[in-house]
Amino acid sequence: MFSNILIYFVLVLLVMFAGVALSRDIKQIRAVAVTGSVILIAMSVYLLVDFLHLRHAGVDDEMLFYGSWSWFAAGNFHINLTVGVDGVSVAMILLSSIIVFAGSFASWTIEQPKAFFLWLILLSVGVFGFFISLDLFTMFMFYEVALIPMYLLIGVWGSGNKNYSAMKLTLMLMGGSAFLMLGLIGIYYHSAPEGQPLTWNLLEIARNGSISHGWQTFLFPMTFVGFGVLGAMFPFHTWSPDGHASAPTAVSMLHAGVLMKLGGYGCFRVAMYLMPQAAQELAWIFLILTGISVVYGAFSACVQTDLKYINAYSSVSHCGLVLFALLMLNTTAMTGAVMQMLSHGLMTALFFALIGMIYGRTHTRDIRQMGGLMKIMPYLAVCYVIAGMASLGLPGLSGFVAEMTIFVGSFQQGMLDFIHGAGSLRLVFTIIACCSIVITAVYILRVVGKLLFGPVQDKHHLELTDATWWERIATASLIICVAAIGCFPNFFEHLLRDTFSPETFHAIISNF
Amino acid sequence: METSAILILAIPLLMFLFLGLAGKYLPHKWAGILGTAGMGVTMILAYTVAFTYFFSGAPEFISATGDRLQHVVFNQEWLNFYDKLTINIGFLLDPISAMMLVVITTISFMVHLYSNGYMRDHHGVWETGFQRFYAFLSLFSFSMLGLVVATNIFQMYIFWELVGASSYLLIGFYYTKPSAVAASKKAFIVTRFADLGFLVGILLLSFNTGFFSFTEMTSVPVEGVADTYQINLGTAEGIKNIFANSAASTFMGASVLTWALVLIFMGGMGKSAMMPLHIWLPDAMEGPTPVSALIHAATMVVAGVFLVARLFPLYVLNEAALDIVTVVGAVTALYAAMVACAQIDIKRVLAFSTISQIAFMMVSLGVTRLGHETALGHEVHEGLGYMASMFHLFTHAMFKALLFLGAGALIHAIGSNDYTAMHGLRKYMPVTHITFLVGCLAIAGIIPFAGFFSKDEILTACFGHSAVWAIWMTLVAGLTAFYMFRLYFLIFWWKEHKTPEGHHAPHDQPWTMTLPLIILAVISCVAGFVPFGKLVTWNGHEIAGSNLANLNWNVAAISLVVAVCGILVAMKMYKKENPLPEKMRNALPNLWDWCHHRFYWDELYQFITHKIIFGCICKPIAWFDRHIIDGTMDAFASITNKASYAIRGLQSGNVHMYVWIYLVGAILLAAISMIVIL
Repeated sequence: MFSNILIYFVLVLLVMFAGVALSRDIKQIRAVAVTGSVILIAMSVYLLVDFLHLRHAGVDDEMLFYGSWSWFAAGNFHINLTVGVDGVSVAMILLSSIIVFAGSFASWTIEQPKAFFLWLILLSVGVFGFFISLDLFTMFMFYEVALIPMYLLIGVWGSGNKNYSAMKLTLMLMGGSAFLMLGLIGIYYHSAPEGQPLTWNLLEIARNGSISHGWQTFLFPMTFVGFGVLGAMFPFHTWSPDGHASAPTAVSMLHAGVLMKLGGYGCFRVAMYLMPQAAQELAWIFLILTGISVVYGAFSACVQTDLKYINAYSSVSHCGLVLFALLMLNTTAMTGAVMQMLSHGLMTALFFALIGMIYGRTHTRDIRQMGGLMKIMPYLAVCYVIAGMASLGLPGLSGFVAEMTIFVGSFQQGMLDFIHGAGSLRLVFTIIACCSIVITAVYILRVVGKLLFGPVQDKHHLELTDATWWERIATASLIICVAAIGCFPNFFEHLLRDTFSPETFHAIISNF
Repeated sequence: METSAILILAIPLLMFLFLGLAGKYLPHKWAGILGTAGMGVTMILAYTVAFTYFFSGAPEFISATGDRLQHVVFNQEWLNFYDKLTINIGFLLDPISAMMLVVITTISFMVHLYSNGYMRDHHGVWETGFQRFYAFLSLFSFSMLGLVVATNIFQMYIFWELVGASSYLLIGFYYTKPSAVAASKKAFIVTRFADLGFLVGILLLSFNTGFFSFTEMTSVPVEGVADTYQINLGTAEGIKNIFANSAASTFMGASVLTWALVLIFMGGMGKSAMMPLHIWLPDAMEGPTPVSALIHAATMVVAGVFLVARLFPLYVLNEAALDIVTVVGAVTALYAAMVACAQIDIKRVLAFSTISQIAFMMVSLGVTRLGHETALGHEVHEGLGYMASMFHLFTHAMFKALLFLGAGALIHAIGSNDYTAMHGLRKYMPVTHITFLVGCLAIAGIIPFAGFFSKDEILTACFGHSAVWAIWMTLVAGLTAFYMFRLYFLIFWWKEHKTPEGHHAPHDQPWTMTLPLIILAVISCVAGFVPFGKLVTWNGHEIAGSNLANLNWNVAAISLVVAVCGILVAMKMYKKENPLPEKMRNALPNLWDWCHHRFYWDELYQFITHKIIFGCICKPIAWFDRHIIDGTMDAFASITNKASYAIRGLQSGNVHMYVWIYLVGAILLAAISMIVIL
């Protein structure tokens, strides 16, 4: 068991948890958090290199670093700890460790640091556990572990109407997981053909393919919506603006950067992977919903005045694009969806970090009360412009690569559907989704123009200072990643290609 | 060759990164010198590459039959979507990209040099953000160079977006000025909207052809020479298929190819400020004047023309798309010329004149058809319009940059964009005066200045295609002469200059500013004699004879007469202070108002964006989200809440009640079970 690198991601976090619990002052807590997150980054880079190396050497197993250990068993009921990764999980693990790293620096001066970091680390345990698991039971367990700390993190360290927001976010996400749990139990009872032992193991369920067509049409929407709530799918997205607005900086970063990716990842890994037929047939419903998310979120963001609301609606739009692309059931678009998860994770974490830093100085998030920050805090302002440019899809930054991959893939699928007489829904919604690049430009430039440029609004702001060194580390690390993906996207294509190739994902991409 | 090609792109990029990251630690002077030197080296490299391409006669540049070829210098895979659609970043050398290399690096170098003088005040104090300015200029140069050497349409789109962003940054250079911020935002969003069309066009075209690459869409490989292609009519399998299935694949009455080309042209309309997407360009004049000269006159705004020219072997297969190009161009040309006659801000006049001149290039491309045509009794060379368009692009870049830099010198000396504050400056600023006059003569199309030759060829091409457009464009040419000389006379003549109390008299600027003016003026005098027909044609097949020998004198005579008339009218009205302009204005008040207010396009857009998009889409959606969607969620919560309140009375803690409930329950259960058993 301990020869598998994946286990160590959770173990390192547990050691960090103990370390923080034993720390005596804030310096020790910082030291533990930073060391731990650096180790996580080092491990995920090692994992990435090793993964590519193995793939290069011709290892074509669907999941690498596979391991399965019995956890407990009662009669026929077995629960295993099953781990394994493919390109998508590796990408997500890398993303999570970068954001944990940046998040630690962004909460450098948080109040009650011990409790805060304990909960934050617990949340990370859930995130990493979720991404490495291949067993529905443990997956769901880690999923819940990631959700619960949110309530306390927002309720205690939040701002504004924090009790309401924390309650709303937790209840809505829990509502989603209620659906999800039903769906997962349903899958379990159909996980094997008659007479064979049932299993929670994802790979075995997929191999058995024994979920009947009727059950698929019932279970697919359950699981898809269950995960979709966390992916901010219209109309289950309203926890996002309120939740983000009240959450403290690092929590917003982790939540928008990583937790919302749990939704997209789960939709793909569980709902679509296990129930391909239903995914084919019911895709249209969710295509409409996610297509709406994309433009709806963008239009809503245009009229908000609170920086965090703008960014939360922008996340609705961008995360909508992730699910939208997944539902295209097309290699290119699905690769784009993962790119978009990475890209959105990094840039939205950057956004929330910057908003937190600006809020920490000006004590307002209302763009009408601020202006001309470029003159006062040039470093933060430049970072904000870069984040904005990434968000509106400027080439050379990550957003462009992700969006273009999605649009090319979706358009291709749309045209194929159209030509083969399968309706023009995908084509129409692809073009509608393309419109989001214009609307995004509108709301990003509106904020940039009001917040950073123009004359200084408030005389008191003139005394404010620019970023401190730890804030510089947090933002610079994210910007470097955003630019790296934007400049060298081919690297990630290599990582993701095998996952979505028609050979390994034949169950879904079989029609064309 | 490959090293030079890489360096041409790498030097500006590295300069951007260096000045952007380390600029603020450098003294202002060194940032300027470094930026200028970097651009100088790039210019020399670009010249060597272009001269090698045009004159070396190597087999990869010119075929045995004397046709110029397309040569892919390098092509690096950047992103691989799937096997058939791969995005590369590469360097394509062909007549138009070589020409553009020369144009961009020349103007860019002049602007870099000029800005050393312009970006400081009269006491030699540097502008704040001087280093940032040079960083952005380098970013722009990099993006523009990447755009013109693109080997595939997606690379073009990538750099297309990058020039848009650098234009945004440079227009908004004075970021504390609200008007500059608004202008930069407007420019970005309008062009972004156009790029939406471009993107969908790319997707449509690439899906149907199976390629992004220009060489595969518009050329055939040359046997025996690696990476070299001969320009041809659309040749990709996919394009043939579009035609083979043209009956099947139509949408709303137009073929897929027409749709793709028109959508791509929409991108070009945005960047090149064609009506109705022109509204950003006049506002873009909020940027520093050297930026206007570089981006909004000479290079970026002609990207749309370049795009159509690049895909010309496809456009020429599709009459409908070319007709749209022609109509959009012609209408824009007239509109912009009319508006230019009624502007007060010197830079706005130049901006509208730019729009009008770019429209000339568009029209010229639009009227080009393959086949024999005659214009007023003379035969027109095949593909003359294409050559004329590129020729005009070249000459226009030179004289319009000259005019803008001249305007910059005036603004720098006077401290205002408004030419009512200028008047009678000819004695004070002789160098600026002479060079500005050269620019005006060139744009008006007076022989032997550069604009004469290129405009004459455009008009010849128009006459060859259709008399209506030819007459239309000739009138616009006359208007051009009129408004340019109106500007010239109002600045340098009209009445004696009066320096306000306490100010120095205006004077010529330092050498860093006058030298570029002189160089560009010389180029504007001689550029007309560059044998463009031998260098740049749509398929690389040269047009024999010199420009002078090829002139169609019938057309030339007409255009000269019209231009001279325009100048004479301007002279009559504006040379000396007189009431004639005022009378004219009062005689035609509506026309003046409409022209002065640019036909109220901005107000229309203001209405659409604020009232319709913000008021009728964004706000209702935001309201709907807060009140309906979120309201439903809150309603669930409050129903649950109320229900729990309602039933919590049962948990009263009152033991008597619990006993009663217990007893009643037990008796009921007993009764039910007895009934069931019996």
